[in-house]
Amino acid sequence: MALLSVTVAHPLRDFRLELELELDGVVALVGPSGAGKTTLLSVIAGLLTPREGRVALEREIWLDTRRRVNLPPHRRRVGLVFQDFALFPHMTVRQNVAYGSPAPVEDTLARFGLARLAAQRPGDISGGERQRVALARAIARDPGVLLLDEPLASLDAHTKASVRSELARTLADTGLPTIVVTHDYEDAVAIAGLVGVVVEGRLRQLGAPEELVTNPADAFVASFTGANLLRGAAASGEGGLTRVILQSGERIRSATVAEGDVDVVVHPWDVSISREAAPAGPNAVRCEVSSLTRAGGRVRVAAGPLVAELPESQAAALALVPGDIVTALFDPQSTRLIRRR
Amino acid sequence: MSRAATAVLFFLASAIALAFLVFPVAALLTHSPPDALLDQLSSRLVTDALVVSLETSAAAQAAILLFGTPLAYLLATRRFRGRAVVVTLIELPIVLPPAVAGIGLLVAFGRLGLLGGTISTLGINVAFNKAAVVLAVAFVAGPIYIRTAIAAFGAVDPRLLAASRTLGAGPAKTFFRVALPLAAGGLAAGGALALARGLGEFGATIMFAGSLQGITQTLPLAIYYAFDTNLDAALAISALFVIMTAAVLMSLKLTSLWHSSRSRSRTRSAIFASS
Repeated sequence: MALLSVTVAHPLRDFRLELELELDGVVALVGPSGAGKTTLLSVIAGLLTPREGRVALEREIWLDTRRRVNLPPHRRRVGLVFQDFALFPHMTVRQNVAYGSPAPVEDTLARFGLARLAAQRPGDISGGERQRVALARAIARDPGVLLLDEPLASLDAHTKASVRSELARTLADTGLPTIVVTHDYEDAVAIAGLVGVVVEGRLRQLGAPEELVTNPADAFVASFTGANLLRGAAASGEGGLTRVILQSGERIRSATVAEGDVDVVVHPWDVSISREAAPAGPNAVRCEVSSLTRAGGRVRVAAGPLVAELPESQAAALALVPGDIVTALFDPQSTRLIRRR
Repeated sequence: MSRAATAVLFFLASAIALAFLVFPVAALLTHSPPDALLDQLSSRLVTDALVVSLETSAAAQAAILLFGTPLAYLLATRRFRGRAVVVTLIELPIVLPPAVAGIGLLVAFGRLGLLGGTISTLGINVAFNKAAVVLAVAFVAGPIYIRTAIAAFGAVDPRLLAASRTLGAGPAKTFFRVALPLAAGGLAAGGALALARGLGEFGATIMFAGSLQGITQTLPLAIYYAFDTNLDAALAISALFVIMTAAVLMSLKLTSLWHSSRSRSRTRSAIFASS
């Protein structure tokens, strides 16, 4: 598999985009809107020339600001799927897919299930179908690199679920270095085996999804993976555990060694709920239930500063309603501490 | 004021405005019997003017499209310092009095004008001939097309142009396959307006090209000439003008109606497809 290497330094309105990335598989870059993710794709595709940077696919150098190399977009072997797909509205599905293709597109149309839509125009097909056309068009161009900008953002929830797994399969099958940009961590994890968190133009952490969950580089990465974050002050305690006094005044313990100001990271699936005041053993925080959300056989319980994710049967047994005062429990072993900078 | 009284007032005001605008046009078509008008249309004065008008308008229109379209595309897709000044300079002839435009052309391209000497050395003479009429028409009507074309190209989603580039298309293919077809409706509208304005051009033409029958005398100049000598001929040409410009406007309206009905049907289909 070819290796794409990218180095970019470019001032944006509120911060400077500074990124270095090497990839030979599918990488999902996740981060809040305006973090510089789309700008990175524009730099790779040649739609934006950065102040400084280098983009190379193996030995093909597309951009090297020091050597004054800057190939125009049409001479870079990039397949870019735009947010909202940017399909040509005046062309049929077949004409869209064939636009950049050096060969007949019948096989590509069939592979993406578009043969029966070939004579339709983009305005006449559904969102999921448009996404397939955009991907087929990018792949038919025979690119060396695939770039996808928020490929699922414009789809409704129902369509998104089926398109997401189909997209993950397709991207894995192409065997191309691929960057998928998304603001949704769940989408990133479902699509790519490697996830990078980009915040204010910097790549905070790049790793497998499990690594981001078990060992987040900072509080932002932790919160992006859906973890609970509590602020506190840490000091060494008994039994090899660190003692933390939370901002709310409660005392908890953690297996992570740390001292000073810390962010306490606990994942919702590690938090349980009890109606007892303070059972002995694990960390306990008394709080009021503010909301209950059911999804996929589990219930997310928002209680004080924490979110707990419980099996539906357990939530039903507790008969929780908003306003209940409960105790949120979590084990010191699953309580991680990140030193605040 | 009661609702009924307001409605009556609005109706009256509208009727007066409409009558005021329609009455002179109707008078032009009804002042002389139709066979008298048709007789005049076959006179030498009218046929000569019609030929000059059609020839020069066609040449000017071709020049406007050929040079104005790339200019409009560049101005719509590029951002540079001084762009607003360039656009203002382009729009200036639209608001300039035609006589000023004529004098401007004379001192720029006339025999004693700024570029007159250079043009003469090339063996080209642009004073008081058809070339002068073409220049006058292009100068006055061109900006109308360019302005509309800038708006039409500006309305094309820039991501579509970027998508074309990332699909391996160079700037030329992107222009001809994506930008031009998507802006076609607006360009056609701009072209029709420019054509109508060019056919009616009078002031700049008479100042720069003169009014020589069969050479530089266009239909509007022929009306002016015939007004003193043969009112029926002036009326016949005017009636002809009404028909020609109405045809241009109608085709413009029909094109935009066709475009909007096509996009409406596409939106409807998309709604049904996604539901």
